[in-house]
Amino acid sequence: WLAKNPEAVGCKRDGQSIFRELALFQDYHGLPAFKKALVDFMAEIRGNKVSFEPNNIVLTAGATSANETLMFCLAEHGDAFLLPTPYYPGFDRDLKWRTGVQIVPIHCTSSNCFRITASAIEEAYQQAQKKNLTVKGILITNPSNPLGTTMTRPELNLLINFITDKQIHLISDEIYSGTVFNSPSFISIMEALKDMNMEKNNRVHIVYSLSKDLGLPGFRVGAIYSNDPTVVSAAVKMSSFGLVSSQTQYLLSVMLSDKKFRNHYIVKNQNRLLKRQRKLVSGLEKSGIRCLESNAGLFCWVDMRHLLSSDTFEAEMELWERIIYDVKLNISPGSSCHCNEPGWFRVCFANMSEDALELAMQRLKSFVGSIKKHNHQESEKLRKESHIGKWIFRLSFQSFNEQDQR
Amino acid sequence: MEFTRKNRQLLSRIATNDRHGENSPYFDGWKAYDSNPFHPIHNPDGVIQMGLAENPLCFDLSEKWIRENPDASICTAEGLNKFKDIAIYQDYHGLREFREAVAKFMGRVGGNRVTFDPNRIVMSGGATGANETAIFCLADPGDAFLVPSPYYAGFARDLRWRTGVEIVPVHCRSSNNFRITRAALEEAYEKAQRSNINIKGIIITNPSNPLGTVLDKETLRSLVSFVTDKKIHLVSDEIYAATVFSSPRFISVAEVMQDMDCNRDLIHIVYSLSKDMGFPGFRVGIVYSFNDDVTNCARKMSSFGLVSSQTQFLLASMLSDDEFVGNFLRESSKRLAKRHHVFTKGLEEVGISTIKSNAGLFFWMDMRPLLKEQTTKAETELWRVIINKVKLNVSPGSSFNCSEPGWFRVCFANMDDKTVEVALDRIREFVLQGKEENNHEADKSQARAQPWRKQNLRLSFSSSRLYDESLMSPHMISPHSPIPHSPLVRART
Repeated sequence: WLAKNPEAVGCKRDGQSIFRELALFQDYHGLPAFKKALVDFMAEIRGNKVSFEPNNIVLTAGATSANETLMFCLAEHGDAFLLPTPYYPGFDRDLKWRTGVQIVPIHCTSSNCFRITASAIEEAYQQAQKKNLTVKGILITNPSNPLGTTMTRPELNLLINFITDKQIHLISDEIYSGTVFNSPSFISIMEALKDMNMEKNNRVHIVYSLSKDLGLPGFRVGAIYSNDPTVVSAAVKMSSFGLVSSQTQYLLSVMLSDKKFRNHYIVKNQNRLLKRQRKLVSGLEKSGIRCLESNAGLFCWVDMRHLLSSDTFEAEMELWERIIYDVKLNISPGSSCHCNEPGWFRVCFANMSEDALELAMQRLKSFVGSIKKHNHQESEKLRKESHIGKWIFRLSFQSFNEQDQR
Repeated sequence: MEFTRKNRQLLSRIATNDRHGENSPYFDGWKAYDSNPFHPIHNPDGVIQMGLAENPLCFDLSEKWIRENPDASICTAEGLNKFKDIAIYQDYHGLREFREAVAKFMGRVGGNRVTFDPNRIVMSGGATGANETAIFCLADPGDAFLVPSPYYAGFARDLRWRTGVEIVPVHCRSSNNFRITRAALEEAYEKAQRSNINIKGIIITNPSNPLGTVLDKETLRSLVSFVTDKKIHLVSDEIYAATVFSSPRFISVAEVMQDMDCNRDLIHIVYSLSKDMGFPGFRVGIVYSFNDDVTNCARKMSSFGLVSSQTQFLLASMLSDDEFVGNFLRESSKRLAKRHHVFTKGLEEVGISTIKSNAGLFFWMDMRPLLKEQTTKAETELWRVIINKVKLNVSPGSSFNCSEPGWFRVCFANMDDKTVEVALDRIREFVLQGKEENNHEADKSQARAQPWRKQNLRLSFSSSRLYDESLMSPHMISPHSPIPHSPLVRART
C-alpha cells in the first residue's frame, strides 16, 4: 500500500507539503481524519454490528498508556480492579505501578477451558472485600491474552450484569480484536451491550491499539473509547503525557481511510494467522503436546503439565529453564501470567518466519522425545535398583504421563 | 449536585479535580482566540494568537531537508525497505541512531562544551511527559518541588496532577530582573521545612519561560551547590536551549557540573525538540539523568510515552546531518533575533518596556504603568481588555504565578511578518489612545497622579462589561490548538 501511495505518505496533500502543519499539530484531541478512520476500522473489525463516535475516542501512546490512564481516571491509590487469570504480565506494570491500584485475580481454570464463572467473580470480589480493598471495576482482555480465545456471550452478559449490580466499571481491552481468525466470531463488549439495550452505558470502556492488529507496535498508537464524557475529558487531558506523533497519525489516517485496503488487510491477516496457528498446533501435536482450543491472538496456550516433574510452579520453572536454555525457545511460563495451575505456557506463532516455526517444532519434538527416553531409562533403573520389587514402586513418570493426557 | 457527587465516587479524584490546571485564565485567552481567530484576509479583526510559544520560523529549512532525503522516511520508495523493522521496533531503549543523534544535537546546542551520553537518553511523551516522569522518579505524593516563579503554566499539571506532588514557588522579583538568588532559595526551603513540607528538589527552566533569559554560570553553580548541600534534586528543563539568539550564550547545567564538586546523582535534564526544532507534533521528549537509578526507572516509565519509531527514524537521520544542523541553528537564531528586535523596538516606541531577554519565543512585557492599581484583579481586567478590545491573546503574569501584577508574556515567533505588523499597530493604537484619554482626565483632576505612572498611561474603561460571559464557559479545546484555518482540523468538539 505504501509503495502505491507515495504522495499520501510523503507528507503531501494535493502536491502541497503539509509537513509544517503536522510538525506543529499537538492538539490532544487528535487529527480528526485519523480518529474517523480509526473508528471506521474498529467498526469493521466488529462486522459493523456496532459503530463508534470519533468524539468518544482518546488517542494514547499505545495500549500501555491507555490502560494506565484509565486507572488514573477510574480508581484511587489503593483501590482494586478484578482481572481474570491468566492475564498479560504487563498489566502488573500498566495498571499498578504509578497508579497504586491493586489487582485481585478472578481465577479461571482448565476444568472449564478457563471460562469466567459467576462464582469465580464473586469469590474475587469477596477476596477484595476481605482485604479492605474497594473494587472499582473489572478489566478483561477480549480476545484473551494469553489464551487466544474470544469471550462467549454468556461470559460477557455475566460481566455486564455484575458490574451493573455492583455499580463498578468494566474495561474491555480489545487489542487483539482484529486477530480473530476462526469461529466463533468476535463479540465485542459494545455488541453485548447493544443486545441488552445498554449501548450508552457510561461505565464500560474499551481499550484499543494498532500494535497487534496492524503489527505496528513501534508507532505507539493506542486508544480509549468511552461513553462517559467526564472520562473522555479527563483522559484526553492526560493524553498530553503520551500523544501519538502527528506524523504517525497522518500516515495512518490516510492508510486506514482506504476502505479497500482495510478490508483486504483484515481478511488476509486472519487467513495467514489461521494457517500459522494450525501449523503450531499440529507441530505440537506431533510432540504429544496439546493446546487450549483457540480462535484468536498471536499465540497458543499450551498444555505441558504432563512434562512437569511435579504439579508445582517450581517444576514449571525447571521445565521453562530447560526450554529456554536447552531447547532454546523463548516461551512464556503460565506463572508469569498469574495462572494458578502449573504447566501452561504461552507460545507465539506469528512473529517468526515459517521456517523458524518449523525448526522450533522440531526442537520441541526432540526435547519431548528425550524426556520420555530419560524417564523410561530412569524408571528402568529404579526398577532394577528396587529390592522390594515392582509392587511398591511408585508410578513411573511414563504412567503419570498417560494418566494426565485427558 | 447529585450527579457531581455520584460522578466523583464513580471516577477518581484525579479525574474530577482541577489540578490539570486547564481552568486557569491562561487558557481563557485560547478560548477567545479559538472562537474568533485572526486571518489577514478572512478575519482581519480577529484575535491574534500571541499566547502560543511555537517556533515555525525555520520550517523551510526542515522541509527542504526532507525533500532532499527521501530515505529518512519509511514511507517513500527509498525508505520503504526499512518499514517493517521500524514498525515493529518498540524497545524502550529507543533506536540507537536516534539516541546518538539527539545526544549529539544536545551537545551542539550547548556549544559543544559538553558531551552527552546516548545511553542516558531516555524518551518520553514530549517535555510534558518528561517532567512528569522525572517527578514520579524523584518524589512521592505529598512531597514538593521548589519552582522559581514566574514559571510555565503547564507545570501545575505536569508536576502535580497525577503525581500528587506539590509546587512551592520561589518568588523572583523585577527589582533584580527576576534572578534566582541563593537567599530566596534558602528562605523558601526553610519556610517549607517549618511547615513540614518535604522538599525533594528544584525545577528550573533555562532559558526561562516566560522571561526569555538565560541563567548565568554563577546562578547555575549556586543552584548545584544548593541542591548538593540540601541533598535534594535539580531538574533543569532546557527545552528552549537552542532559541538563544544573542549573548550571553546558553550554559547547560551539564557544563557547570563538569568543574564543580557536586553530587551528580542529583542532577537531571529535561529536553525536547518542540521549541528548538519547532516539532511539537512529533512528541519528542527526553529525560537525561546523571543518576543511573533514575535513568533506569525513567526508561521503564518511558513505556507510557515512547516516541513513535517512525519519528525516531526520521529524526535520527535529520539530526545526524551536521551541515543541516549547523545551518539550522544559525538561521534559527538569526530569525528569532530579528523578530525579537522588531517587536521590542516597536514597543519601546510607545513606551512599553520588556525584560531584557536573549532567548525563548516570547518576551516579558511590563504593563504595570497601565494598571489601575497594583493588584492581580487589575491585571486581569487589563488582560481582558487586551483580549477583547485590542484582540491580542497574550498571557497574564498571574497565570505564571508571578508575584508582581502587571507583567505579560507575549509570543512573537508563531506568526508571519505581516501579522507582526498588525499586532504592533494594535498595541500602538491602544497605548496612544490610552495616553489621549489620560491627558484628558489629567486635565480634569491632577491630584490623582501617582509616582509610578511616569508616562500617564492609565487605562480608561468605557465599558463596564469587560468580557463576554460565553467565553468563560468550559470549552473542550486543547491548550495547544492548531491554527484554525488548517485543513487538518475540521471537527470541533
